[in-house]
Amino acid sequence: MQGLTQATLEFVNQYWAPLVCGLAIVAVLPLIVGYVVLVERKLMADMQARLGPMRVGPHGLLQPIADAVKLLIKEDIIPDDADKLVFWLAPVLSVGAALLAMAGLAIGPAFQIAKDINIGILFVVGVSALGIFGIVLGGWASNSHYSLMGALRSSAQLVSYETAAGMALVCGLLFAGTLNMTSIVQAQHEQGMWFGLLAPVAFFVYLVASIAETNRAPFDLPEAESELVAGYMTEFSGFRWSLYFLAEYTNMIVVASVATTLFLGGWLRPFPRTHWLDFIDFLPPLLLVAIGVYCLMRTPKQPARVQQLFMLAVAGLCFTVAVVLAAPVLLRTPFVNPLLASAAKPFYEGIHGGFWFIFKVSAYLYFFMWLRFTIPRYRFDQLMRLGWHFLIPLSIINVLLIGIAMIAGSYLHLEGGWLLLATIPASIIALIVALFILAMEQKSERQQAGGAAPDPYA
Amino acid sequence: MPLRILMLDQVIFYFFAAIAVVSAILTVTRRNVVHSAIFLITALLATAGIFLQLRAEFLFIVQIILYVGGIMVLFVFVIMLVNLDVAVRQLQFARQKWVAMLISLALAAQVGLMLWSTGKMPGQGMPVLVAAPVDKLPPNSEAVARSLFESYLLPFEIASVLLLVAMIGAVVMAKKRA
Repeated sequence: MQGLTQATLEFVNQYWAPLVCGLAIVAVLPLIVGYVVLVERKLMADMQARLGPMRVGPHGLLQPIADAVKLLIKEDIIPDDADKLVFWLAPVLSVGAALLAMAGLAIGPAFQIAKDINIGILFVVGVSALGIFGIVLGGWASNSHYSLMGALRSSAQLVSYETAAGMALVCGLLFAGTLNMTSIVQAQHEQGMWFGLLAPVAFFVYLVASIAETNRAPFDLPEAESELVAGYMTEFSGFRWSLYFLAEYTNMIVVASVATTLFLGGWLRPFPRTHWLDFIDFLPPLLLVAIGVYCLMRTPKQPARVQQLFMLAVAGLCFTVAVVLAAPVLLRTPFVNPLLASAAKPFYEGIHGGFWFIFKVSAYLYFFMWLRFTIPRYRFDQLMRLGWHFLIPLSIINVLLIGIAMIAGSYLHLEGGWLLLATIPASIIALIVALFILAMEQKSERQQAGGAAPDPYA
Repeated sequence: MPLRILMLDQVIFYFFAAIAVVSAILTVTRRNVVHSAIFLITALLATAGIFLQLRAEFLFIVQIILYVGGIMVLFVFVIMLVNLDVAVRQLQFARQKWVAMLISLALAAQVGLMLWSTGKMPGQGMPVLVAAPVDKLPPNSEAVARSLFESYLLPFEIASVLLLVAMIGAVVMAKKRA
């Protein structure tokens, strides 16, 4: 017993910092997800020429909190014929896997919970894939046809698109030469080039596959409300349902972070090695100051006193963050004691990197939402055809050709930007070959006699 | 200092080992096939945990990724092919009682022999897998890659050709005759 206490103490002593960070993520993430949902609703409203949520708080800014309270106090329903234990376990499994995957992400050079794990990106991808069990088990446990159908679709979709996503990741990893998240970003700093530019086709494949893996529109077949009510979530209500929601959005953040790290340069600002572009460092604080000033200008126009106060609070928050972000720039001025400046440097670099990382992740998420409101949902056989007949051949050919291009590049001593000369033609050839294969297949299918109607549940 | 780390290692090892053993037993005793599959996952994840405790990160993540894929498919098969209502009522896996007992005895004898030959009976000091110190290990995935692509290149290639043949065979057999 004493040994156990000692071991616990030893563990806490060694790992208190990651534990606190982990707790912070688990505590804050639901709030972040709530606001991502609000942004999505606002975007949807904007694209459909509506206003979106406007009632709770100024411009609906408190809507996520009201929604969360509503979901928490809703009646918790478990169907009579459901497998109770599995029904209870499934949403927890989904959320647990998604949150665990967050531990491997490198948000800025200083902030990473599981520091420097050698298998970094594999850990994130592998653990977040565990979340699919939550969906399949939940669909099975609810003992309902719609749920089961949604669950089976979801598993088929994941199995089909994981190969393509994995091959796309391999392409990026070829350039990085390491699986460690921090080293991947450092490799991009040394190359002076985002891997997304070096391998655009791989980035595209990962983009499409990541939408399919997170079950987002236009690939949200597992929860297609026009066919399956709500798919695997049909029988879930209240808090359990919101757990699934949390898992879906956390997974979106995870795939966006992986794409950012591997293809979009992680926490590096654009053009990190070009010194005459250093003014880019000023942009984030300026942007926040602009938002703050806009909030101040809008304050007198709010109808209620509470809303005016809230607007002021938002403006204050923007100014505070702007000051924090501006600090590294201010530290470079000669007025500050150089000793103090050098002591605070890693801290502020972390903050700055964090801003760019979150900015890129947000841009990726914005693209997800944009696609959702633009493209109609695929049919299931179309989805499978896209995965198996186009993306998988494309990604495999792409890995092959990028590998050849890299060998050619090393023979010709191409460095940094010049490597583009080798990899861009390789990507284009891969795209052409994959399209050719697709065209040949469609031709041979049209020639086959009869042409039976597609099976929607295949 | 080393003694304390040993302590922590021991706690983690026995934690995962207990989970693995209990869920392995539950895997074969549950009547409901889906429950069995869930406990199978738990057992495999606990094994992955032991790999992690030994600082074999690459093995840990490969265990998770491969078995997730594998058991995912198993789940789908179970849901689609097994009639659960019938399966729950039937008594399964009971016909090979004597064979199973013989095999378990042989396995127990092997484990006992291993314990005896290392001179550490369970009574005198618990046997524990001690991980190598972190700073002395080369990066794990690189070590695996070196042994696969340098020392054992030929067997590796033969295995991959075998897998490729199996894959093509599966496609050919599954394809409908035109």
